[in-house]
Amino acid sequence: MATLLEVVDLATYYATPGATIRAVDGVSFTLAEGEVLGIVGESGCGKSTLGRTVLRLVEPTGGSIRFLGEDITKLDRRAMVRRRRNMQVVFQDPFGSLNPRHRVGEIVVEPLEVHGIGDARSRAARVSELLVLVGLPPDAAGRYPHEFSGGQRQRIAIARALVLEPKLLIADEPVSALDVSIQSQIINLLAELRVRLGLAMLFISHDLSVIRHVSDRIAVMYLGRIVEIASTAEIFDRPTHPYTQALLSAVPHTDPARRRERILLSGEMPDPAKPPSGCAFHTRCRHAMPRCSNERPALAQRPIEGGSREVACYLY
Amino acid sequence: MTTAAPAAATTILPPRRLIARTLGAPGAVAGSIILAVLVFGAIFAPLLSPFDPNATRVCPRLAAPSFTHFFGCDLFGRDIFSRILYGARLSLAVGLLTVAISLVAGTIFGMVIAFLGGRVDRIGVRLLDVMLGFPAIVLAILIVAVLGVGAFNAALAVGISGIPRIARVIRSATLTLVGREFVESARAVGASQTRILRRHLLPNLLPIVIVLGSLDLGGAILSTATLSFLGLGAQPPTSEWGAMLSAGREFMRYAPWTMIFPGLALFLAVMSVNLVGDRLSHVLDPRASGHG
Ligand SMILES: Nc1ncnc2c1ncn2[C@@H]1O[C@H](COP(=O)(O)OP(=O)(O)OP(=O)(O)O)[C@@H](O)[C@H]1O
Ligand SMILES: [Mg+2]
Repeated sequence: MATLLEVVDLATYYATPGATIRAVDGVSFTLAEGEVLGIVGESGCGKSTLGRTVLRLVEPTGGSIRFLGEDITKLDRRAMVRRRRNMQVVFQDPFGSLNPRHRVGEIVVEPLEVHGIGDARSRAARVSELLVLVGLPPDAAGRYPHEFSGGQRQRIAIARALVLEPKLLIADEPVSALDVSIQSQIINLLAELRVRLGLAMLFISHDLSVIRHVSDRIAVMYLGRIVEIASTAEIFDRPTHPYTQALLSAVPHTDPARRRERILLSGEMPDPAKPPSGCAFHTRCRHAMPRCSNERPALAQRPIEGGSREVACYLY
Repeated sequence: MTTAAPAAATTILPPRRLIARTLGAPGAVAGSIILAVLVFGAIFAPLLSPFDPNATRVCPRLAAPSFTHFFGCDLFGRDIFSRILYGARLSLAVGLLTVAISLVAGTIFGMVIAFLGGRVDRIGVRLLDVMLGFPAIVLAILIVAVLGVGAFNAALAVGISGIPRIARVIRSATLTLVGREFVESARAVGASQTRILRRHLLPNLLPIVIVLGSLDLGGAILSTATLSFLGLGAQPPTSEWGAMLSAGREFMRYAPWTMIFPGLALFLAVMSVNLVGDRLSHVLDPRASGHG
């Protein structure tokens, strides 16, 4: 499959009074057309910032973003608008991401209006089509977001994101704000749409068990960096980075025989304004060696038992 | 002078429910009735007035109230009742114009500086602070001094002097809105800056704008009357309450009706508008238990 998105050494720093927060600090990955890459990590590790930076909603401090074979890192606002047709986003909070003063129809049709696609009639038809696609009644178009439940609102947000038939969808914790009973419905919807529409996704979540269902590959983030990236099966069968192992041990396993020993992470995630020296994880790592606090291990293919893995750890 | 920004209202009330709720308090009912009478009088002044408001010597100078001249007569023998009715026209129209000027300019200014942020916002806020450093009425007098006297210029002056307060409240309300995800979502689909301002921010600010306007109307009526009282607003022989009060001053001892009735009209207008405005803001502001 052709490469859709190529992120190289991407960095996003927030300048706050008194400190520079390195929310994303040297992230590289590629995403093929139609592929789903899960991004997992604790709260505050920079997942949302990464997603927003890829969409150029936040300006990168360094690095580059290639989308559809074109470097979009430096495009101005005007030029960016046209690229947005192919990249869309679904946010975490369906109560905040829909304009409370707009009817559902206006919310879903807006991308078509902005990009001048179709006339009034074909737009209305397209809106009904999308509402049905995401499992909402077509008459939802005339109602306001507050008349819907969280799960339904997230469906509205998905309809809006897909109305332009984008090639890339960034789903930033799309189910974290929903009731557990609703979560699987939305995950299944995204998984189904992804196949039907050949959609590539960056699926962001702090929850590995959520990510597992939709992702082809998983990137594990810690303090603004990717520490391990591999296929979903590889991550679940054989997590190599101690941080991945810890995250995975928290996921309840369906098969009790294979239940892993729970690895409790000590302490809080360090402040991204003052990242630890060397490997940022060394302060909480049970395998930490003297070297880990001095040098930072690069994310690279490293030999592991019976193969190799892209991981940033001196154990390998 | 810091006015807390009303939280961006998210309650959506159809107009009929809004009116029903607004009338859910005795004060607002009383205010609405008085206001309705004044508005009715203002609209139908030509039909209701027994005399031409500017015709002199329709009755004896400074004649006391009677059945033909309900509110008595002024120094020039003009019928005060007719003049009060026409004054209602002027006061309400001027008040609305004034508020419209403050609201439109203040909303655009506050919304745009907050949305653009950075240097534009810093300079804008500095400007507002300078303007807010003057009491509004002093600012209005300064502006009339520049523009020249007259009813329209007085409205313009009071309107301009009201801009900074509106702008400040709208600015902080906009700042909270800009951080909401639906604004980012609009950016993500490629919406232009003007589209975000017009389609996303403005509709969400509207309830606040209505509240601010209804709270300001009473003050605007009073301020323009004050300017007229000082001789800076409507000029004789226009029947304007502030100007009538001013003219009646000299005869307060032996013809008190020349002051009592314009004063009463002004008082009732300001009070009724404020009663309705307070209630409306209570209903529209979700923090102030909009369910009440
Ligand atoms: N606009 C901002 N200005 C300053 N700092 C910010 C801003 N947005 C995020 N941050 C900081 O950057 C870091 C990364 O935040 P980000 O929201 O990207 O993390 P996240 O992994 O998405 O977390 P969560 O799971 O809580 O959504 C955090 O320390 C956060 O406090
Ligand atoms: Mg996030």
